[in-house]
Amino acid sequence: MKTQVKKSGLLALMTASLILSTGAATTAEAADVNLYTTRQPFLMKPLTDAFTKETGIEVNMVYLKKGILQRLKTEGRNSPADLILTADIGNLHNHLKAGLLQPVSSTTLNKRIPAQYRHPDGLWYGLTMRARVIYAHKDRVKPDEVTRYEDLAAPHMKGRVCIRSGKHVYNVSLLASMIVALGEDGARKWASDLHNNLARKPQGNDRAQVKAVFEGQCDVAVGNTYYMGKMATNEKSPEQKEWAKSVRIIFPNQQDRGTHVNISGAAVTKSAKNKANALKLIEFLTSPAAQKIYAETNFEYPILEGVALHPIVASWGKFKADKAWLSRIAEQRGAASRLVDEVAFNK
Amino acid sequence: MAITGVAMLPILAVVVLALTPSEGDDIWAHLVSTVLPDYIATTLQLMVGVGFGTAIIGVATAWLVTMCRFPGRRIFEWAMLLPMAMPAYVIAYVYTDILEYAGPVQGMLRDLFGWQTGRDYWFPEIRSLGGAITMMTLVLYPYVYLLSRAAFLGQSIGVLEASRVLGRGPWRGFFTVALPLARPGIVIGVSLVLMETLNDYGTVDFFAVNTFSLGIFDVWMNMNNVSGAAQLATVLLLFVAALVMSERYARRKQRYHNTSTKFQELPGLRLRGKRGVLAMLVCALPVLLGFVLPTAVLLDYAVRYYEPELALEISGYAWNSIRLSLLAGGIAVLVAIVVAYSVRIRGGQALKAFSRLASLGYAIPGAVLAVGVMNVLGPLDNGIDAFSRETFGISTGLLFSGTIAAVTFGYLVRFLALSLGTVEAGLGKITPNMDGAARSLGHGAFSTMRRVHMPLMRTSVLTAVMLVFVDCMKELPMTTILRPFNFQTLATFVHQYASDEQLGEAALAALSIVGVGILPVVLLSYAIARSRPGQGTGK
Repeated sequence: MKTQVKKSGLLALMTASLILSTGAATTAEAADVNLYTTRQPFLMKPLTDAFTKETGIEVNMVYLKKGILQRLKTEGRNSPADLILTADIGNLHNHLKAGLLQPVSSTTLNKRIPAQYRHPDGLWYGLTMRARVIYAHKDRVKPDEVTRYEDLAAPHMKGRVCIRSGKHVYNVSLLASMIVALGEDGARKWASDLHNNLARKPQGNDRAQVKAVFEGQCDVAVGNTYYMGKMATNEKSPEQKEWAKSVRIIFPNQQDRGTHVNISGAAVTKSAKNKANALKLIEFLTSPAAQKIYAETNFEYPILEGVALHPIVASWGKFKADKAWLSRIAEQRGAASRLVDEVAFNK
Repeated sequence: MAITGVAMLPILAVVVLALTPSEGDDIWAHLVSTVLPDYIATTLQLMVGVGFGTAIIGVATAWLVTMCRFPGRRIFEWAMLLPMAMPAYVIAYVYTDILEYAGPVQGMLRDLFGWQTGRDYWFPEIRSLGGAITMMTLVLYPYVYLLSRAAFLGQSIGVLEASRVLGRGPWRGFFTVALPLARPGIVIGVSLVLMETLNDYGTVDFFAVNTFSLGIFDVWMNMNNVSGAAQLATVLLLFVAALVMSERYARRKQRYHNTSTKFQELPGLRLRGKRGVLAMLVCALPVLLGFVLPTAVLLDYAVRYYEPELALEISGYAWNSIRLSLLAGGIAVLVAIVVAYSVRIRGGQALKAFSRLASLGYAIPGAVLAVGVMNVLGPLDNGIDAFSRETFGISTGLLFSGTIAAVTFGYLVRFLALSLGTVEAGLGKITPNMDGAARSLGHGAFSTMRRVHMPLMRTSVLTAVMLVFVDCMKELPMTTILRPFNFQTLATFVHQYASDEQLGEAALAALSIVGVGILPVVLLSYAIARSRPGQGTGK
């Protein structure tokens, strides 16, 4: 009797499995455009919805923080992905080096995007910018105490600095820009001195650093600009408004090379089947309408000149950006990552 | 053989990747001279801490619940399993929220004692090695509990009584008879825990604890050196293999069948007064900390952040999670039964070794294993496509990559250890004499399996399905990397918000994972309680 029950149970399970599996496959339609992205849905959704509304082209997406490169590589020429969208030049650069991108040219894009924020041959295009700045406590930090990244490593900042993991892609890029500016030895010394100035072991995200300043664990923190906007307008967690109020933003190195700026960008894959649609999407993302969504939803700096900044972003004033070519900075990322290990930054 | 071979392919792919000369420069010299010793030391400490923590809690509570009678025992029987439904990264987010500087606990202490800043007092830092050990112990001990409870339940009371007759007290009886007899179950439980500890990325990343798996990702993402990452993963694999083999070697001469078939009502050692309360506390604490408290926090968030559209969206993801996990659970157990059974009737060292290797997938960080899966399916798909283009002039495109099938295959490779270990443990308890008896009565191998083993193994099979199901519900990295277009599960949704420290938005989905996970957990516990031979049938 029991065996009967067992057998029919197994059978039912198998049938169920089969039904489930046949119903589950979702395939991408040919007339659409297919996208792999590391960016977040809350930002992507309004953008792609607007694109579909304007052009009638459906956008299929896979969100993945890791593994886009390996996925494109193993899928080879049959990969359904038409383009990738990712934050940080490092990611774009790695795909380029792996030979997974193809050049596309568009006079619209060349007109809209400044030359240093796109690849000379059109292998990738920057869509938005963000600056890596210093968040300083309004009272505890005097105006002239910190004006450069180099000041974070100075003796008077001992025990006063908070920063996220040295291995986070934003910090690796920042350190890579320091290598470009100061050379490898200079950057190593900077990282090592900065490490000695830390109030606590690197942890949390950029937002958590500002929170630590608010709470008094440290006086200054390093973070990307858009977090300030997100905290200052956070209705669901109003306590974050207090964190934002306790700090001011300092754009470092205004008297010399400028503040380190990174991009989020897009690139067309080598395997793209819907190349025309992919290009259309990139062009759309640099249009005034889409740039406005970027600026309003995520407090990023538009790459297109003339698009209004979010009032909060505008209130920080204009700043001078580091003019070093992003591809040069991207080349130094491996070295930067090793530097982090050498000075035991995360310990 | 073929089945284990297929399940092994992605693991082999990782090894092959490791042997491929990397484009980047040699990472080993750099790693050895800088962070590698730290990675190794931290990982070992984590393993020792979690290993002992889960073993002590798991075995002690299993023994209490099975052999003693105290207030609340019937509830603890199943409640002990509840933390299993809680993903480690979720509990880590929750406790950070409660215990960090700005959290309610420290805030209250500051108000109470008039402290001004963090420099005025000492409070344990949750984002630390100790914190990681605690979090993982709290959600992983049910593996040990489950398997050692099954082992205790399967013991004939005869041997225990014999030990009592021979003058041993209850404590010594436990340590010298019951514990050694339950060793295979306990060992499987602890080794599952350790492998889960090794492959964890979410918790250690969040707590900034520099373990080996963090190192793997660093080499992969920051140094853009995937073969270097695969090399590190391979080293990890060899380490685990060595660990598993040495344990097996240590008990190579031992067999664990009950010689008597006499089972009677368990004695139920009555614990009264203080001892009863103590037993209750020992059982209650892990459940409170590992389940009740975090669930309450999540509930609070879920209510505060509730939006009808969000709930609707989440229900869709829940369905995705459930059907995927069911599918993977069913397949993983079928494969496990076939493999375990072939090992039993054919023996054969090669097959045995194969089945060991196939279950090593559990120790590799999911994202790395996902790359292995892609390295198998991608070339396969493109091979089929090229063949079909040449012969028929039709392009088949990608048949498996980026489909539900790929994700399911990934789950199978990753969680085969769970189903195989459980099924093997169940099968191992059935003395081969029974096979002999059945076969001599004219039943073939298949018939013996169906008529003799299956009924006896019902609990193990159920356990296996449930373990894989619950783990698939929580699975994150493989799902993220291998999934089709426009596809979300509860876990990917939770991670999307929680990793950005937005626990509020993630709470409802996190609760759903826990909620869906509880159901099979409770069912299973019920089945186990009834599974003891001579108990619960026909009454």
